[in-house]
Amino acid sequence: MTLTLILLPAVAAAVAAAIRSDRLRRALLVATAGAHAALTAACWIRPPACAPEAWLGFDAAGRLFLGIASLLFLAVAVYAAHRLSIESHGRQAEEDTGSIFVNAPEAVHTACLLAFLATMTLVAASRHLGVLWVAVEATTLATAPLIYFHRQPRSLEATWKYLLVCSVGIALALLGNFLLVVASAAPDGTGGTLVVRELVAQGAELRTPWLKAAFVFLLVGYGTKMGLAPMHTWLPDAHSEAPSPVSALLSGALLNCAFLGILRAHSICSAAGLGGFSGNLLAGFGLLSMGIAAAFLVNQADYKRLLAYSSVEHMGLLALGAGLGGVALYGALLHAVNHSLVKAALFMVAGNLLAAYRTKQVARTRGALRLLPVSGALWLAGLLAITGMPPFGTFASEFTMLRAAFAPGREWMAVVALLALAVAFAGMARTFLSMALGPVSDEFEPAGRREHRAAFGPALALLAASLWLGLWIPNGLNGLLGHAARLLGGDAP
Amino acid sequence: MQSGTGSLLIFLILTDLLLLGSSRLRNAIRIAAAQGVALGLLPWLAHGHLTGSALLLGAGSAALKGVVFPALLNRALREIHVRREIEPLIGYIPSLLIGTGVLAAAFAFGARLPLPWESPSPLLVPAGLFTLWTGLFLIMARGKAITQVLGYIVMENGIFALGMAVVEAMPLLVELGVLLDVFVAVFVMGILVFHINREFDHIDADQLDALKEGAP
Repeated sequence: MTLTLILLPAVAAAVAAAIRSDRLRRALLVATAGAHAALTAACWIRPPACAPEAWLGFDAAGRLFLGIASLLFLAVAVYAAHRLSIESHGRQAEEDTGSIFVNAPEAVHTACLLAFLATMTLVAASRHLGVLWVAVEATTLATAPLIYFHRQPRSLEATWKYLLVCSVGIALALLGNFLLVVASAAPDGTGGTLVVRELVAQGAELRTPWLKAAFVFLLVGYGTKMGLAPMHTWLPDAHSEAPSPVSALLSGALLNCAFLGILRAHSICSAAGLGGFSGNLLAGFGLLSMGIAAAFLVNQADYKRLLAYSSVEHMGLLALGAGLGGVALYGALLHAVNHSLVKAALFMVAGNLLAAYRTKQVARTRGALRLLPVSGALWLAGLLAITGMPPFGTFASEFTMLRAAFAPGREWMAVVALLALAVAFAGMARTFLSMALGPVSDEFEPAGRREHRAAFGPALALLAASLWLGLWIPNGLNGLLGHAARLLGGDAP
Repeated sequence: MQSGTGSLLIFLILTDLLLLGSSRLRNAIRIAAAQGVALGLLPWLAHGHLTGSALLLGAGSAALKGVVFPALLNRALREIHVRREIEPLIGYIPSLLIGTGVLAAAFAFGARLPLPWESPSPLLVPAGLFTLWTGLFLIMARGKAITQVLGYIVMENGIFALGMAVVEAMPLLVELGVLLDVFVAVFVMGILVFHINREFDHIDADQLDALKEGAP
């Protein structure tokens, strides 16, 4: 079961690279995503047995992140197949910069998308930190060609930064892994391990100074990939220059993979009695990310960069929740689910706006509600969802985390977080409203175009799912979240 | 074997200093290749006996870093007609001075936090850390995209050396996975260098700054 989930998209990627028919390849993309989601659902309903010492297998946390990645990939695959079918094949001009470009071959793009799914599945399945490292680095390599789909200087620059910054960051995480081995080895240097279960079982027997050093390196390394400030510099560039389906996957699924790596390291520290040390570091990085992101959200001129900075902010919120521990960790996991649903939906809507207006400039995008009634409405609904308004699921998860933050001695964290959220709300609301409302300029007649179902359907479905989670969390999901939170050293409400 | 390991690690430190001071790309590639081959010997020198996994790991690493990477980078150099001296953001003499300071700090750190057991050589941790730093420094202080790839390789060399301290606990399969990742990373970076050269007519990564916040 576990191996099938990993190998299915990997094999499909190889096939996609070989197929010559574009239509067939797009069908393969959607079919593979559907099969992967079905297998994931089966895995949720009846978790496959897994030997305790096995390197691969889905524990509760792995199942949760597998579920997010698989569901998102299905939605994005439907959307991407539609987008690829309307992409023009010849030379085209980017209106914002005036550069002429062609697209990368579609076969390579689809193959990389599927390989990306395979590597994300491997991340979720890893119970060995060495395997986890290999898988996270592999996600970087699979996504770099995806960002460089529109072959123009700006996306090349973004790809270069992404590849270099993340590879260097993740190399530091490898060093963290080595330090962890030193922390766990017997006095004669043998018997060190990287299996998460064994490390958690060793608990307080781990060597404290080495474990602390290991956590710092793992946090900085995977934090780079997750987009925590101040290592987030690659994120706005990559998210704004990648094609919209890829941005949706990067923000909704890839960042979570790195978060899982950090959570694993944090759970080892908690088991060793260093939960306070690692939690404070996480909360510090989290608050810094929220503050910096909020500053860049106000008056942001490019709406895809706006969404990217919002991702930095929400990653900060996740790190804060994980750092606070206890019930807040449950809140962070729930928020990871909600943020993925909403942010992927928003990036897909942004793709529709970009296709209609041919610009990423906020100032030149007006009257979306009139020009694209469905996408415009989804854009506004997405605003409510991403800023944590009830009745969306983000409200419930943010509320859970902030309530836990208002414990004696750390109220200031809750105040800082609330302040950042308020600034972000003001900045985003102004931009979103100015884009959705107002008249449409004459060059875009006729207003009120019919939109293709595949263009808005996936975003609508994801937003509806987030709304559903705000009204009622299904028992199965609630149980899984609680299970995962306890596994990672937190608590369920 | 102690002396063999020691000489090898001193070689590592010397090549790092050479890299910091070298201005010709072709020389820098050659130095990094020599470093990679030397590191391939480390697994069995450090542990005194030749196990199958140490042999495989060493040979794979040496072949990759000594043959494949230099061939890839040299091909890139030929294609893009860059032979000129590197234009550094930080000059060579300052680079060397900073490097000497960092080397001293690496030794101090190695003495402050010794391995809990007898390490293959007291030089291992300082040499590994210094190589790691040299790679990072090359990425940050040199302008050409190809030098940044070289910096990444050198940084990886440093981590490989540090990994020797814990080689027995890292399963071979994972080590090979790491090598594969590094290979693909350098391969993809190599392809991107071609594209940067074609799009911009140069490979100065420091001029890739259109995406800075506030840029038009």
